[in-house]
Amino acid sequence: MLRIINTAKITSGVKMLCIDANIYLEPALKKALHRFSREEESPAGREVFSILEKNSEIAELEHKPICQDTGITIVFVKIGQDVHVVGGSLEDAINEGVRQGYKEGYLRKSVLSDPIERKNTNDNTPAVIYYEIVPGNSLTIEVAPKGGGSENMSAIRMLKPSQGIEGVKEFVVETVQKAGPNPCPPIIVGVGIGGTFEKAALLSKKAVLRPFGKKNPDGKKDELESELLTLINKTGIGPAGFGGRITAMQVNVETYPCHIASLPVAVNIQCHASRHKIIVL
Amino acid sequence: MEEKVIRITAPTDKSVIEKLRAGDRVLISGTMLTGRDAAHKRLIELIRQGKELPVDVRGQFIYYVGPTPPKPGEIIGSAGPTTSGRMDAYAPALMEKGLLGMIGKGARDEKVKKAMMDNKAVYFGAIGGAGALISKTIVKSDVIAYEDLGPEAIRRIKVKDFPAVVINDIYGNDLYEQGRKLYAIL
Repeated sequence: MLRIINTAKITSGVKMLCIDANIYLEPALKKALHRFSREEESPAGREVFSILEKNSEIAELEHKPICQDTGITIVFVKIGQDVHVVGGSLEDAINEGVRQGYKEGYLRKSVLSDPIERKNTNDNTPAVIYYEIVPGNSLTIEVAPKGGGSENMSAIRMLKPSQGIEGVKEFVVETVQKAGPNPCPPIIVGVGIGGTFEKAALLSKKAVLRPFGKKNPDGKKDELESELLTLINKTGIGPAGFGGRITAMQVNVETYPCHIASLPVAVNIQCHASRHKIIVL
Repeated sequence: MEEKVIRITAPTDKSVIEKLRAGDRVLISGTMLTGRDAAHKRLIELIRQGKELPVDVRGQFIYYVGPTPPKPGEIIGSAGPTTSGRMDAYAPALMEKGLLGMIGKGARDEKVKKAMMDNKAVYFGAIGGAGALISKTIVKSDVIAYEDLGPEAIRRIKVKDFPAVVINDIYGNDLYEQGRKLYAIL
């Protein structure tokens, strides 16, 4: 059945998501920080986990952003094909939500109008928006503020198919090694394999947005994720890069069919906060 | 990493810097400057032109941070460290002007490490992602230059027990390298 959704609802939804994503850690992630503050072998690493856990409590209590880098705002929109948006442009409504959220939430404005001229837009717009048309009559919005420190350490490579799964593993570990202490470890690693150049990058972004602690439903990929996590945690980088066993807390892999000549691999690095919040309208 | 915590007061002098070793945990009290790439770029341009800087960096520590805006009644918003590598191109010139400490997160390049040894300056790591917690150690914050840069303006902040770890000392030691070696499984 056709449903009408007003843009005002979308704006207020996006606004709330921007604020909440920047203040509240996922409950499963908070629990993991607590667990790792006991499990990490390095004393300095254990302390980093304790500090991050305490940080999340202060953020909640004082309604203050977890991190000063409240990110560029990435918005994933799933539009049911039986939804009709009224009240203006959907894109404007989303950006208005970002504008209001970043102002009223006292979030940092980190977006520049042009990568070369580098002038701040002062309201954190425009957001980076992806639309997907899906069956049904609901509209799902996921907001993921993404910090520069971790995003800058991400990488993509077009492997030769002959390099196979070993080539994929090598590239993932190499990317984490190169990132070292920069992306605020303990990190979450999103790996996109297959598709095309841009599809792999998008898959890796979607991979980091998987709810924390959720397993890959595909057994083989779940195994690959565990293996990658083990390999990454052999690097010794550790929490905050001070040395330790837990460099990554989770590795998520997403794949897509690809060309006979291609093996694209993208690695998106996410900081410990892994900020993302979702609503269904 | 050493278990003991060393208390230092900023600004300071070289005798204090000489005693610090990579891995030392420190609590910093006193006043520090803040700045990120945009402010550094302007400072370096002034140095190139032989002009005076809007702030005296001698003996100072600079904290690489771009805080969130404070809510009414707050001293400062969330204020964790940013990636220091973006300041690598500018850091040696400031050390030559007498800067003694830098605080941020992430690795420095070889030129910066050499400048630290040559000028007797240290690099401290703060915990990336702990912006809410770190803001509790900042008891005063005033913009003192480049207000137009917003979060990137230069501030003078007063801190009490600001937690950090020595990453690079003046003897060429690097905690990021040492820590990784200690825990790496080959």
